[in-house]
Amino acid sequence: MIEFTDVTKSYVEGNHALRGVSMQIEDGEFAFLVGPSGSGKSTIIKLITGELRPTSGSVHVNGYSLSRIRKREIPYLRRTVGVVFQDFRLINNKTVYENVAFAMRAIGAREKEIRARVPYILELVGLENKSRRHPNELSGGEQQRLAIARALVNNPSTIIADEPTGNLDPAMSLEIMSLLQEINNLGTTMLVVTHAKDLVEHFGKRVISLNEGMIAHDGMDGYYTYED
Amino acid sequence: MKEGIRGIFLHGFMSFAAVCVTVACLLIVGTFSSLIYNLNIMVEELNMTNEVLAYVDEELSDAEARSVGTTINRVDNVLESNFVSREEALQNFIADYENPAAFDGTDPMTLQHRYVIVLKDNRLLTETMEDLWEVPGVVDVVAFDELAEGFSTIQDVLHIVSIVVIAVLLVVSLLIISNTVKLAMYDRRDEIAIMKMVGATNGFIRFPYVVEGFCLGMMGAALAFGLEWLMYDQLVARINAVDTLQLFNFVPFQQLLLPMIATFAAAGLFVGVVGSWTSIRKFMNV
Repeated sequence: MIEFTDVTKSYVEGNHALRGVSMQIEDGEFAFLVGPSGSGKSTIIKLITGELRPTSGSVHVNGYSLSRIRKREIPYLRRTVGVVFQDFRLINNKTVYENVAFAMRAIGAREKEIRARVPYILELVGLENKSRRHPNELSGGEQQRLAIARALVNNPSTIIADEPTGNLDPAMSLEIMSLLQEINNLGTTMLVVTHAKDLVEHFGKRVISLNEGMIAHDGMDGYYTYED
Repeated sequence: MKEGIRGIFLHGFMSFAAVCVTVACLLIVGTFSSLIYNLNIMVEELNMTNEVLAYVDEELSDAEARSVGTTINRVDNVLESNFVSREEALQNFIADYENPAAFDGTDPMTLQHRYVIVLKDNRLLTETMEDLWEVPGVVDVVAFDELAEGFSTIQDVLHIVSIVVIAVLLVVSLLIISNTVKLAMYDRRDEIAIMKMVGATNGFIRFPYVVEGFCLGMMGAALAFGLEWLMYDQLVARINAVDTLQLFNFVPFQQLLLPMIATFAAAGLFVGVVGSWTSIRKFMNV
C-alpha cells in the first residue's frame, strides 16, 4: 500500500514541489498519475522509491515509513517496488536474459533460482524467444517489455511506471499498457505516470491529477486536465 | 566474487590501464627504494671504516697502557677498542710500504701505544672525542672528523630525500590509480544505478568492484615485482661490469626479496582496494 498524508516537499532553492498531498493506493490497485510538467509527479516517484524524504507529512510504502526510514533499509524497500522508465535503462552489452538475471543477482539470488525464474518472467512479457538478443536488437516495445520483466523479476508488490509509453507508437503503447494491466490482474499494485490521455481514458482506471504540487482531482472519471 | 573477476575481462581496456599504472608507479617506488637501501648500506660500510685513534701516554708502562682500554670502553658511544702496541703499529706502518727494508732498524719506541676505537654513532664524533680526551692516560685523540661528518650529512640527506620521494610517489600513484578506477566506475555508472534501483545493498554493490580492484592491484604488484627483479639484476650486472674498482657494492636482490614482496603486495592491496572503495562512493548516492 502507498499512503501519502499531508506531504510537502521543498527543495533547497525554495521550490515547493509538493504542497499538502494526501492519497492512498491500496494493495492490488491500478492508478494513473497525471499532470503537466513540474506538477510534482517525479517528486512523488522519488519519495516512493526512497530517493527523497518528505519535508513534512508522512509517506508509507509497503510497510516502510519513508519519513523515518534508515539508509540501510532503503534497499529492502526498493525490493518491494519495481520501477519502469520511459528510456528503458537497459544494459546494452548484456543479453535479454542477462539484463533480467542481473536484477536478481543484484539482490543476491542463487543461480538455481535465477535459471528457474528468468525464463518464466520472459515468457510472461512475451520475450521468451529473444533471450539471447541484446537490447539494441529489439524494437522499442520489446525493450520496454524487457524493462518490465526486470522490474518484475524480484516479485515486487508494487510497480511504478514512469511514462512507460513515452517513446512508443500508439499500437505499442496500447500493448505495453495491456501488459501492465495483466500484471496488475495478477495482484501487483500499479502506479502509472503518463501524459497519454487516450490510454488513460481507454483503460478507465483511477486517475490522480496533480497540478502545481497539489492533487487537483482523484477519481474514476477519466483524464483530468488543469484547464478542465 | 565471480562478478568481480568477470569484471576484469569485461572492462578490458580500463583494467589494462589500471594494471599498467600500478606497475609503473610500483616500479618507480621499488627502484628508488632499492637504490636508497643500497646507498645507505654503502654509507654505513664507509662509516664503519672510519676509526678514532687514542694515543697513550709514553710515561705509562706496557701493563698500565693496556689497562687504559677498560676506561675507554666505558665511554659512551664507544662500540669497541683495540689495543695496538707500538711494535704492532710499526709493523702495520712498514707493511703499507712497498720497500719494507727501508725501515730496517727503526726503533718502535719512536711510536706510541694506541687504541683503535670504533664508534656506535659517528654523528656524535666530536662529543666522543672530548670524552676520550678526559680518559686518564690518553694524550692525543685523532680522527678524520671532517670525513665522518661528511658521511653523516650524506646519510641524513639520503634519509630525508628517500622519505619525501617515496611519499610523493605513493601519493601520485594513489591519485592516478584512484582516477583510473573512477573512470572505470564512470563507465559502469548505469549498472550501479540499476543495481541500486532494484534494491541491491551498498555492500553488495561494492563487493565485486572491490574484488576487481584487489585482483587488479595484485596483478599489478606481481608484474611490477617480476620486472623489478629483472631490472635490478640487469642493472647490478652492468654496474659491476664497468665498476672495476668496486666502488659500488650492491646487495643481491635475494636480500631484498622479502621486504620487496611485502611492500609490493601491501601497496597493490592498498591501492586496489582503497582505490576502488573510495571511487565507488561517488556513484552510490542514487
